[in-house]
Amino acid sequence: MSARFLPAGDTAIVVEFGDRIDRSVNDRVLRLSAQVRAANLPGVVETVPTFRSLMVHYDPLVSDSASLIAAIEKLLDSGGEENAPRKLWRIPACYAESHAPDLSEVAQRTGLSTEEVVRLHRDTRFHVYMIGFVQGYPYMGDVPRALVLPRRPDPRVRVPAGSIAIAAGMTAIYPIESPGGWHLIGATPIRLFDPRSLRPALLSPGDAVQFEPVSAHEFDTIRTAVAADEYSVPCEMTMT
Amino acid sequence: MRGALEVISPGLFTTVQDRGRIGYQDVGLPTSGPLDRISLRLANALVGNSPDTPALEMLIQGPALKVLARSVRVALVGCNARIEVRSGTARTIAAGTSVRLSRDDIFRIGNLGDSICAYLAIEGGPDVPAVLGSTSTFVRGAIGGFDGRRLQKNDFVPLKLADSSERAEATLPCTLDLALDQPIRVVLGPQADCFTADAVKTFLASAYTVSPQADRMGYRLAGPVLAHVKGHDIISDGTVTGAVQVPGSGQPIVLMVDNQTTGGYPKIATVISADVPVVARRRPGRAIRFVAVEVSEAVALRKAQEAALQQASEEIAKSFHQ
Repeated sequence: MSARFLPAGDTAIVVEFGDRIDRSVNDRVLRLSAQVRAANLPGVVETVPTFRSLMVHYDPLVSDSASLIAAIEKLLDSGGEENAPRKLWRIPACYAESHAPDLSEVAQRTGLSTEEVVRLHRDTRFHVYMIGFVQGYPYMGDVPRALVLPRRPDPRVRVPAGSIAIAAGMTAIYPIESPGGWHLIGATPIRLFDPRSLRPALLSPGDAVQFEPVSAHEFDTIRTAVAADEYSVPCEMTMT
Repeated sequence: MRGALEVISPGLFTTVQDRGRIGYQDVGLPTSGPLDRISLRLANALVGNSPDTPALEMLIQGPALKVLARSVRVALVGCNARIEVRSGTARTIAAGTSVRLSRDDIFRIGNLGDSICAYLAIEGGPDVPAVLGSTSTFVRGAIGGFDGRRLQKNDFVPLKLADSSERAEATLPCTLDLALDQPIRVVLGPQADCFTADAVKTFLASAYTVSPQADRMGYRLAGPVLAHVKGHDIISDGTVTGAVQVPGSGQPIVLMVDNQTTGGYPKIATVISADVPVVARRRPGRAIRFVAVEVSEAVALRKAQEAALQQASEEIAKSFHQ
């Protein structure tokens, strides 16, 4: 997979692997991100993996783009191909009407029943492609073809924290209340971003996510436990 | 007893900022920190602080504050406004000079004048907890600074020091050049190829105006429309402070320090790091012209700027002992 280096001013380089959203492209991005971090290249401040490219932020007082590109090219040549095991999170999701304001509309627009929409969503093992938009917001895919819808034409000014949403072939969870144009088909009581923790985001790019349906009552019970810091999201390691 | 500043009036958008929150862009958290890191650093130098010390960043209109400490030393940098001391001995202190104020003094920084942002450094700094390694306020995410928000009337901003040190006041070795007419240097890309050749030419040949929609997230500009080659959507990728992104309207937006860490609009160019503070000072209504440079030139300019800042800081520090 060939890489293209693009300048983002004098503080970042974009390493681009393609022009499509695709697991194999994203895996390549994530592998390079891990390689760059492990290499401790002088001047590298941080790496931000996205769908098909890696942004490498650097300090222009310590390094420069030419020597970083040379170092990254070496890493690309040495790139191991094996996939490491990854985390699989089982995230409680309440699809009850009270927690899913757009579920019936999504059913209508896709020609499915609400039960079928929920079944397709909960039966899919999602891949976290990247985190962006707001802190901890995971772009996860791929949503089954039958559920692929464009964004809403009229974005909401306020989407509640915990909303589970779909749009454009992706699913996501809103970690904080924010504006949003995706279809809200459920909600989770868990915390996706906790600034008190040194690893503040629950999910990392490359993780796997499966939603586990809970009732509105269970949602409330878990939310109370989360507020008391007495709940941890079930997580296991997986090779797929 | 600890010192504090009581907020008599908060100003338009006054927040605590230090150098920024580094290392969390991969989980969607922008660096925040100062719009104008040069002025923050010089303001800190004038009151004897390390460059990492948090200070108050003000936008457009500064606050009025009351001293609840034996004394505090403050300095204003980044604009051509003044500190007006309205009680005790009424006086005004120009930006670029430190001043020591006494208990119950009320001081005010009014309209910032030609600049949109400026910094009030306080000897010792405000005493707010670091969140994820920084005291910078990220208001949209309600993280850091004073309760994760901008200052409000009747807030008490705690200070590290209850008294300031005995020494002569300091003045900037030369007046800070706000560079309000300087062309802004950019490196083209990362997505200049998403635009027509004419659009790139237009971008570099035209005067844009800073629109009223300018905040810590980004400065929207108004001017000639920039045409995309094929649509205005790209697959979301990383963004950097200074990126000039162009949405469907064809009107550019310069992303600033609270920018989203990823975005789906093409970026025609990126303001070089040396010039981000220069853009940051441009008030709505002011013109911006862009000129393209190579990355190597951008790095050289940043290094020269750093050397000049280092020298200015050392001269200020020396003046304390004269």
